Amino acid sequence: MADLRCNIAGVTSPNPFWLASAPPTDKQYNVERAFEAGWGGVVWKTLAEAGPPVVNACSRYGSVDYNGQRMIGLNNIELITDRPLEVNLREIEAVKKAWPDRAMVVSLMVPCEEDAWKNILRQVEQTGCDGVELNFGCPHGMSERGMGSAVGQVPEYIQMVAAWCKQHTRLPVFVKLTPNITDIRHAARAAAAGGADAVSLINTINSIVSIDLDNMAPQPTVAGKGTHGGYCGPAVKPIALHMVADIARDEATRHLPISGIGGISNWRDAAEFIALNCGSVQVCTAAMRFGFGIIDEMVDGLNQWMDSKGYQTLDDFRGQAVPNVTDWQYLDLNYKTIAKIDQDKCIECGLCHITCEDTSHQAISKTKTADGQRIYTVIDDECVGCNLCHLVCPVPDCISMVEVDNGLPYMNWTQHPNNPMSK
Amino acid sequence: MKSVRKSNEKRGHDIASGRLPAATIKDNFSDLHPPLTELQAQAESARCLFCHDAPCIEACPTDIDIPNFIRKISTGNLIGSATTILSANIMGGTCANVCPVEELCELKCVMNTAEHKPVTIGRLQRYATDHLFARDTQPFQRAADTGRRIAVIGAGPAGLSCAHGLAMHGHRVDVFEARPKAGGLNEYGIAAYKMLNQRAAREVQFILDIGGITLHTGQALGKKLRLAELRDQYDAVFLGLGHNVANRLGLEHEDTAGMHNAIDYIERIRQEDLSSLPIGRRIVVIGGGSTAIDIAVQSKKLGAESVTIVYRRGARQMSATWYEQQLAQTNGVLIKTRAMPVQVLIDDDGLTGMVFETTRLDAAGKLQGTGERFEWPVDVAFKAIGQSLDLSAVGHELDTIQLQHGRIAIDAEQRTSLSDVYAGGDCVPGPDLTVHAVQDGKLAAQAIHRSFARESSHG
Ligand SMILES: Cc1cc2nc3c(=O)[nH]c(=O)nc-3n(C[C@H](O)[C@H](O)[C@H](O)COP(=O)(O)OP(=O)(O)OC[C@H]3O[C@@H](n4cnc5c(N)ncnc54)[C@H](O)[C@@H]3O)c2cc1C
Ligand SMILES: Cc1cc2nc3c(=O)[nH]c(=O)nc-3n(C[C@H](O)[C@H](O)[C@H](O)COP(=O)(O)O)c2cc1C
Ligand code: SF4
Ligand code: SF4
Ligand code: SF4
Repeated sequence: MADLRCNIAGVTSPNPFWLASAPPTDKQYNVERAFEAGWGGVVWKTLAEAGPPVVNACSRYGSVDYNGQRMIGLNNIELITDRPLEVNLREIEAVKKAWPDRAMVVSLMVPCEEDAWKNILRQVEQTGCDGVELNFGCPHGMSERGMGSAVGQVPEYIQMVAAWCKQHTRLPVFVKLTPNITDIRHAARAAAAGGADAVSLINTINSIVSIDLDNMAPQPTVAGKGTHGGYCGPAVKPIALHMVADIARDEATRHLPISGIGGISNWRDAAEFIALNCGSVQVCTAAMRFGFGIIDEMVDGLNQWMDSKGYQTLDDFRGQAVPNVTDWQYLDLNYKTIAKIDQDKCIECGLCHITCEDTSHQAISKTKTADGQRIYTVIDDECVGCNLCHLVCPVPDCISMVEVDNGLPYMNWTQHPNNPMSK
Repeated sequence: MKSVRKSNEKRGHDIASGRLPAATIKDNFSDLHPPLTELQAQAESARCLFCHDAPCIEACPTDIDIPNFIRKISTGNLIGSATTILSANIMGGTCANVCPVEELCELKCVMNTAEHKPVTIGRLQRYATDHLFARDTQPFQRAADTGRRIAVIGAGPAGLSCAHGLAMHGHRVDVFEARPKAGGLNEYGIAAYKMLNQRAAREVQFILDIGGITLHTGQALGKKLRLAELRDQYDAVFLGLGHNVANRLGLEHEDTAGMHNAIDYIERIRQEDLSSLPIGRRIVVIGGGSTAIDIAVQSKKLGAESVTIVYRRGARQMSATWYEQQLAQTNGVLIKTRAMPVQVLIDDDGLTGMVFETTRLDAAGKLQGTGERFEWPVDVAFKAIGQSLDLSAVGHELDTIQLQHGRIAIDAEQRTSLSDVYAGGDCVPGPDLTVHAVQDGKLAAQAIHRSFARESSHG
């Protein structure tokens, strides 16, 4: 069995699977159930400063279902914790005492004033928690009050608040980034400049998941009205991976530990984030969809896969995919693949043909034998190797993309004769 | 002749109603397949790949755009889905329940290869059409009246499909039906557990609802109606006569009390109160097709103690599909292959038993008796060895029409040797299935409509 222990910015946990700051980590009851199930750590649901707590609307969630599958994407208009600060602090302390080996990070969101941060950090430190995560990501409600993504969208604010926090606490500071910006690197660089120990990303994406066509209002609908919410779940994973990769590659941030978040639902998703240099991963939607029991598959799957690859610790493969993420202009334009159909596996659905014919390069021909068998054949000379048929084919390994040895050397766009800028 | 093995059991005549409690019988005759739940329909429609040039469409005799109607189910557009189905097959509701899908659309579904389990097209088809019928929605509208008139003989699937197609084009149709009710075998023949809740009658009403069709029941060609007169009075005639006689065994005493044509008894099952319908205790069914399966299974469901299908060739040669054979067997029916009836045993009150002879194929592949015989006590025997078209039964009205293998010969446009007379369904060559009859009627309507257009363009 591989060693799944994880250490990110000094915060340790028996495995890299943490529950993200969200309803699953809202209170002692949930978090203890999660720890009993085997989760490595949690980021406690975001705390606000003392005083009357926020008020949540009803209902709060909307779902994107696809082809009979529930919750391919989830959207919420929930705010931060709606429970009094003292209650949360008391519970955090109790849980950390009972579960000393698990990571306990506390998410925070207070107004953009130094004293407010200073105060809450002092109180949080007393719980014995392992770190804090600054929530600069919540895209709805809190942002209208100058917090959450309203901070996360302005790099100067990120740097300023991160610096305050570093100054006022001994705890590791994670900065949780919002994806609702054009270039995540600016936010990450600001966090690094402010002295953050790590970044967590992504928080949820601005979204309206659907319009209720009977009420003519966005879902979830609150008394006939709706608002944009935060989008998460499997659908957002590609966006998260891209942002994580950008930070892992950037000169100014490549040293920064990353806690990867966004659509992680199983061991494979987690391994992909770790391959892009994440130190831990955080999960919300998958737990909200299935309950905490999925942790067994995640831990076991990661273990089995690492064993099969001979990786003994997470560090053995952490960041291994980063060097292979490059810019388009450096891709080898002389590299050529074409589609190949394994006729023995073909079930004659015709999808490769019709999609190539209608929307690509007319490179798959169709013939019918006398006894009605349909035969689909790649016209090698027409195939541009775009991969569409391979993706469309319902049968595993029926279409493969085969490398063609054309004897041509590596040539990227910067070197290409068609590029007006190349010399 | 070798010895005849005899059974010691008491002979014949044990026929009674109410062998099972009424509630059990009612339960036995509920839906063969329960309708899909919404969740099942979603999951099943998601399995369909939306194939291009889909093999399932090719295998549907009425060319229903299957991937399209399934996709509409998956997007929640059930009325649109049903409309796609019904515009290719106006009896798509019945067909969803009665088609031997294991030999048609579902046989060709690519998911057989991919997952060893086809998309359950028939049940999805039912899901969509049930939805439309439950809402009393009429998706079709008749075109403006053209003044053309067509006579349709026979209100079975072929006749009704033709009538509907013609009425849609604005032509006027008189449908003449010998029996008191329309629907043909949908009403009188198909197994009761496939045609629940007056499905046949509701479908007839749905077809008539677009207007332009007048149904005349109790009017038979060959009685008051003469083909020559109809040809005079109408612009075209369509014959959808079905079969009109059951085939005979050619044995002595085959009409004795206790010996029945399966189709006659099935008609009683379809029309009478099942709790008071008498049924034999020990039943033998002669034949190897769907009708044999249907009467055997329904006899079992009525409470017969033992039901045995006796078929002269092997299981593979039975025209009943593997699914139908399985259905019979799981309902407790025994299938005895390679035996044929050679003697009907009677006493003063009728049937008491039957003698069978086992069979084999000779060197030339011809079926012959082995000489080995056995005798069974039988209370009721059903003959299910096919039906055919007896032209004398329609008063020699069709004597001038060309035949092919005892059925009305037609060309690719369903046209008979008389240029203004068309035909379709069981009375023409081809497989005897509801879905084929519907297609024949549809094609004939299109051909008749085209012929009118040709006529008017020639002045
Ligand atoms: C017992 C049984 C079970 C079957 N089960 C199935 C099944 O599960 N699935 C399936 O696909 N197929 C099944 N079939 C076959 C299917 O019912 C027929 O193929 C189909 O009904 C043929 O339609 P049709 O319109 O040609 O004939 P029919 O349905 O026979 O209709 C012909 C109509 O014409 C009328 N008629 C006849 N002569 C005259 C006349 N001289 N004047 C006026 N009217 C006349 C008849 O009364 C009848 O109403 C079954 C058949 C039988 C016998
Ligand atoms: C209902 C709900 C409430 C959330 N509340 C918070 C929050 O209070 N603080 C925070 O930092 N993130 C919050 N998030 C964002 C999650 O922590 C996480 O970043 C996001 O859901 C992406 O991960 P996932 O795809 O695994 O769900 C919330 C998400 C959901 C679904
Ligand atoms: S998509 Fe795949 S299975 Fe379908 S026809 Fe093409 S090669 Fe065959
Ligand atoms: S009509 Fe019959 S064969 Fe055609 S699709 Fe429907 S169930 Fe299948
Ligand atoms: S063959 Fe099967 S999977 Fe393909 S379109 Fe038809 S029902 Fe769908």
